[in-house]
Amino acid sequence: MSDLPNELKYTKTHEWARNEGDGTLTVGITDHAQELLGDLVFVDLPQIGATVTAGGDCAVVESVKAASDIYSPVSGEIIAVNEALSDSPEIINESAFGEGWIFKVRMSDASEFDALLDSNGYAAVMAEDDH
Amino acid sequence: MTRQTSLNTTHREMGARMVPFGGWDMPLHYGSQIEEHHAVRRDAGMFDVSHMSVVDLMGRGARDYLRHLLANDVDKLRSLGRALYSCMLKENAGVIDDLIVYRLGDAFYRLVVNAATTEKDLAWLRQQSSGFELEILHRADLDMIAIQGPNARTKTLPLLPADCAAAAGLAPFNAVLGKDWVVARTGYTGEDGFEVMLPKEKTVAFWHALHDAGVQPCGLGSRDTLRLEAGMNLYGSDMDEQTSPLEAGLGWTLAWEPADRDFIGRSALEAQKARGELQSFVGLLLEGKGVLRNHQKLFQGDREIGEITSGGFSPTLQLSIALARIAPDVEGAIQVEMRGKFLPVRRVKPNFVRHGQSLIES
Repeated sequence: MSDLPNELKYTKTHEWARNEGDGTLTVGITDHAQELLGDLVFVDLPQIGATVTAGGDCAVVESVKAASDIYSPVSGEIIAVNEALSDSPEIINESAFGEGWIFKVRMSDASEFDALLDSNGYAAVMAEDDH
Repeated sequence: MTRQTSLNTTHREMGARMVPFGGWDMPLHYGSQIEEHHAVRRDAGMFDVSHMSVVDLMGRGARDYLRHLLANDVDKLRSLGRALYSCMLKENAGVIDDLIVYRLGDAFYRLVVNAATTEKDLAWLRQQSSGFELEILHRADLDMIAIQGPNARTKTLPLLPADCAAAAGLAPFNAVLGKDWVVARTGYTGEDGFEVMLPKEKTVAFWHALHDAGVQPCGLGSRDTLRLEAGMNLYGSDMDEQTSPLEAGLGWTLAWEPADRDFIGRSALEAQKARGELQSFVGLLLEGKGVLRNHQKLFQGDREIGEITSGGFSPTLQLSIALARIAPDVEGAIQVEMRGKFLPVRRVKPNFVRHGQSLIES
């Protein structure tokens, strides 16, 4: 099982979110998620400026195995996307928690971030997956 | 209960992600499906295909039996060691299974059939055998490893037993029979290589020797993208008991001559041909972003015209490709429905890559 960074928060749908401390979050998918998906071959990034809602789908990753929606962990506005993924989606396989980030979002309600899972909570989600 | 091949522990030691497949616990990949795919196109990869079943047919009646049983004609196997791809049909011309038949002796043929269909196939083989003098032997004592890629034969040859040395001179679709190994120049990837049938107790050592010789272990994931690029059908996806070979791109495997060979399914096939209106089996390319997947629907404007039978990402072409079945009269532009959107796809011949080279005209 992969190591889960403690400074990140997580969703049941396998996204991670890092609080940048300025009202914005950086979002990606977890190492566990990329492992389940296998080699990624396409990433459909959200539009910069788009409004997203917590739990709403806003991007798509496609792997050799399946297409998978990416859900925004919080409500807000997309302020940046990781353009490098358009040409090299495999960056997510190589560095899901780092270089493989997908988008940045400006939160409209900071309490939504607090309600996300911590690493222990997400570890429990992964353990359930294995059953 | 999930079954395991002799290599189950070895796969896990080599870091395989294991998945259930056709009742077996099999490796999907050992890290990267795409790297395994490229290894086969550019160098050499190996697949544990021991989940597939080897069935020996021995006896004076074997030839006549197979000429009745199979839609292709084993009389094409003029010399010992030759191999032939064939469908095994029901009376209504639905496909029970596709298989390779090898002629290994004057009264000795060997079939290699799919894993998930093995029980059904054996029941059918036995049911059809009455009146023929032959013995049907399921060789559960044998494993099978496929070594594929431009360097596969060179890397494999020094590791074969001495009684299979003649493998060095094998022509494509031919096999050499040793004392207890069979080495065939066949495969399911569109590359050169061998399929080796060997006694179970030899398999782990042979696998390790191949690995030491620089052959990349490959899982079912790359096996699927390789065969899809090569335009080879997958039983259960591209054809099944509800599909005629004439609507699955398999017309070339039907031996109509001699006209008096009365194989199972022949009269149904003839009726289908006479009736016409057969669906077309085509290749598709998605030139934009996204991945074509099995069962996605195809449209021409508002009219639904067919369905993808096998879709996926082509690591060689770096875009998505598919095999599909469409209505007989379709000309012109085709769209695929993908996640609520309708995207244009390009219709091509259903083979995309052979021997490492793209077959697609730009």
